[in-house]
Amino acid sequence: MTIHLSIVLFLPLAAALVGALLLPAPAMRWLVLAATVGVLAYVVVMLADFDSGSGGLQYVTDDEWISELGIRYQLGVDGLNLFLLALTAIAWVPCTLWSVFREHERPKLYFFMLALAETAVLGAFMAQDLALFVVFFDLMLVPFYFLIGGWGTGDRVRATTKFVIYTLAGSLLMLAAAVALGVLSTPEGGQISFSIAELTRRSTGTGTQEWIVLLFALAFFVKAPLFPLHGWIPETYRSTPLPVLALLSGVLSKVGVYGFLRIVLPTMPEGAQHWQELFIVVAVFSILYGSVLAFSQDNVRLVVAYSSIAQLGFITLGIFSFDDKGAQGAVIQMVNHGLVVVPLFLIIGVIAVRAKGSESLRELGGMAFRAPVLAALFLIVTLATLAMPGSPNFVGEILILFGTLEDKLVYGLVASAGVALAAVYMIRVYQRTMHNRVGPAVESRDLDRLDFVTIAPLVGVIVALGVYPQFVLHRSEDAVKDKVQVATRQSPGS
Amino acid sequence: MSFAAVHAPVIDYKALSPLMATVGGSVVVMLAGLIRARVVQRALVPLLTAASLLACFGLLIWVWEPGRQEPIISGALTVDTLALGLSALFLVAGLVTILLSFRAEAVREAGAGEYYTLLLGSISGMLVLAAASNLITLFVGIELLSIPLYVLCATELRRETSLEAGLKYLVIGSVGSATLLYGLALVYGATGQTDFGAIASAIGSDNGIGITDPLLLTGVALAATGLAFKASVAPFHQWTPDVYQGAPTPITTFMAVATKAAAFAIFLRLFDHALVDSQLDWGPALAALATTTIVIGNVGAIPQRSLKRMLAWSSVAQAGYMLAGVVVGTRLGVQATCLYLAVYLLMNVAAFAVVVARERASEHGDDLASIENLGQAQPWLAWPMTIAMLSLAGFPATAGFIGKFYLIDASVSGDYTWLGIVIVVGSVVSLVYYLRVIAVMWMGRYEVELPTLPTLPRRHVKPVGGWSPEGDARAHPEVTLVAVLAATATILFGLWPNPLFDAARDIGTSLASLF
Repeated sequence: MTIHLSIVLFLPLAAALVGALLLPAPAMRWLVLAATVGVLAYVVVMLADFDSGSGGLQYVTDDEWISELGIRYQLGVDGLNLFLLALTAIAWVPCTLWSVFREHERPKLYFFMLALAETAVLGAFMAQDLALFVVFFDLMLVPFYFLIGGWGTGDRVRATTKFVIYTLAGSLLMLAAAVALGVLSTPEGGQISFSIAELTRRSTGTGTQEWIVLLFALAFFVKAPLFPLHGWIPETYRSTPLPVLALLSGVLSKVGVYGFLRIVLPTMPEGAQHWQELFIVVAVFSILYGSVLAFSQDNVRLVVAYSSIAQLGFITLGIFSFDDKGAQGAVIQMVNHGLVVVPLFLIIGVIAVRAKGSESLRELGGMAFRAPVLAALFLIVTLATLAMPGSPNFVGEILILFGTLEDKLVYGLVASAGVALAAVYMIRVYQRTMHNRVGPAVESRDLDRLDFVTIAPLVGVIVALGVYPQFVLHRSEDAVKDKVQVATRQSPGS
Repeated sequence: MSFAAVHAPVIDYKALSPLMATVGGSVVVMLAGLIRARVVQRALVPLLTAASLLACFGLLIWVWEPGRQEPIISGALTVDTLALGLSALFLVAGLVTILLSFRAEAVREAGAGEYYTLLLGSISGMLVLAAASNLITLFVGIELLSIPLYVLCATELRRETSLEAGLKYLVIGSVGSATLLYGLALVYGATGQTDFGAIASAIGSDNGIGITDPLLLTGVALAATGLAFKASVAPFHQWTPDVYQGAPTPITTFMAVATKAAAFAIFLRLFDHALVDSQLDWGPALAALATTTIVIGNVGAIPQRSLKRMLAWSSVAQAGYMLAGVVVGTRLGVQATCLYLAVYLLMNVAAFAVVVARERASEHGDDLASIENLGQAQPWLAWPMTIAMLSLAGFPATAGFIGKFYLIDASVSGDYTWLGIVIVVGSVVSLVYYLRVIAVMWMGRYEVELPTLPTLPRRHVKPVGGWSPEGDARAHPEVTLVAVLAATATILFGLWPNPLFDAARDIGTSLASLF
């Protein structure tokens, strides 16, 4: 069957535009929700239809856009982004649902931005043209700027400004780097092109690749974020409304690391090799730094925030291990991390309501007693986050570590410490919220039906992936090997 | 009986027709302005002005012919696509100014006839300037455009700052003109030519003079300085914030977009046509100037509370970006600069139109406070402003992104990769003040951490539309229309910029000496 990626891509935005201009606010939010469900349905069809035997791009859309600049409207799906698209589609449904049942000021603007964000993120994952990727990568910031600044808590304007400036500083440098890559790789008399496939065929000098890779890495590291470019994290995580934060942390953070596999490794293999050691060090540092800080935080959001830094460190480590297993682990771990972070933040939202809005570990506690369903769901998510054997995260982390241990034994060993630390901080969160003494303002009660409907399916997906991780591995294998091989093929001495 | 042989220059009236439309229009408008009847002053005079501009626009499309054109009138003017393309921008800016001036205080105080005649005169000067192909017409054009503007800045006769702006602009503009004239004289002295083409061949030929010739070098440097005054390129930009703030806002809009485009027209003609063979020599100097401008403009905009001052500083920074296209001295650079000028016009018009609307209704004038919570009160003004700010900052899906992309493309292709990175770094800094405007409009009660100006008294404004936000929104339909149209165009060209690129490609063909 033919699957049109453009339909999936622009469905949320189109629904939001129609809703904002023609419908009253209550009807509009249902329309936006319907659009996210539509995207999910379409992606599920795509998962079923996907031909896992072919490593190349499928469902390709390739049209002229701006011929003068050599930018094409090029979309495609392969094993690399298939599951990230699925993650995006899955994550947006509960977060939109969560928002539909809560009151907002200026609801139209809120839902418009939520839908615009989905289109932008889907676009970044689908884009097969470097310039198009940059367009969507930067466009993502606009809705999040409004969502955090308009509906956040605390010093939200400061937080959102800091967030946007940090990330846009990275991505504008990436814009310059992308243009430079396109221009400098154009052969004498040839037509400039930003198509990733074309850029992979063309070559640029090693010296040029080195600085271009560095600028790309800056953008991706800020977005992820990795140590030491995580300065925007605490304020942004404190101020962002929870469903938005779930998307920010669960989905947006993956776009950067995905960019390494999609763009940097295939188009600039020598540059990537040049910085391999440095990036691995950054990744390992992030794992340790994130884990240690996660352990010392009092605010639940920040525990998850710093644990994300550690997790993205793992993913980066897997990618730059330049090993099939490591990179595959990275891909599955991107999906896993998104899948656990989204319910985690929603559960934090549920918990905070029961503690009169407090998110401080000191004031929480003892909720499990009256809320067995909540506690059970939370436990599953916690165990998945700390990569318990049987969870999908276990598969991801073990693959990453295998990949790293083969070539980079020392880094692999240090990184393994991160696995142990994850157990420490996640169990601490679980104990302090669900068990222990009942907090001063806590009035525990179980999940109501709406929250259950929002959170339980996500947990179901985690369990299913834990049981059958081959579903992801099998489909992503060829594409991932392909990317890694490009990078290692020309490596001297191997 | 014998007749002396008179060789009158052959005049190509077809190529000259756009210019005749505006010059003729200004005469008609001046005469019509003598009738004091209210309907003439309020309606007929603006209509005649608009008709003259539209006629000019039509003739311009008729004359449009890609490729290199021969100079007309003994080499005084070259009506090629570069001239015509930029003339189109002046005309759009003129039409916008008419709409924004429709209910402006300045028109009532100065008299409609005078106001619009001066406007048409200034536009005529720009048309001459954009087409100038020798040093004499260059100077005539620049004076014809500047002198009406000095007066227009001071047309709000009862406001002190307006008079101050006019005077300041007159003094500084004259210094700029004098410097330019001195520079042009030296260039003539060194090369013995006034024609751009002849200058180019005098410099380019093997036994000709190099740019290192002290006379020529001084001349070029002084001319560049004079033009830098007009284009508000740092460090010759100091007049910009004061004049932009003091002048009546419709005139500020006109100056910001049209004067800038005119100054760049002549930058392109002088450097990328007459002096293009010595690009290796002047390139680094202009690149340094561009960098300085980007840094100073962006840093200067950060502490501004007044929207007009902020936009003035931002226009300084934007001039720096556009200079990058001149620096590289390639066809791609010329195209990128012209395309960015068009984009720059759209986004600035949207922003200034919102300032005009708020200035008339809010007692805070053009202070940031005047747009507080505009998102809820008047979304039809808040959205254009938001789009303008995002576009100025270079977010994708707006025309500003495409413009910046093209400029960086041109810089990298012209071996000035570092200048591309300077543009990018400047854009990052600019986020601070562009995003602040959006935050004030949309993100609720939020205190800007900037000192309030002590000298700023609460303005007394006449009630518009019964003092309610809805009433305010209805009160100036033409201003809102301008804002919405410009913002829509910004988005549309951001998504489908190909028409702009087609025009830019035509413009690029006009300077044959470029590769």
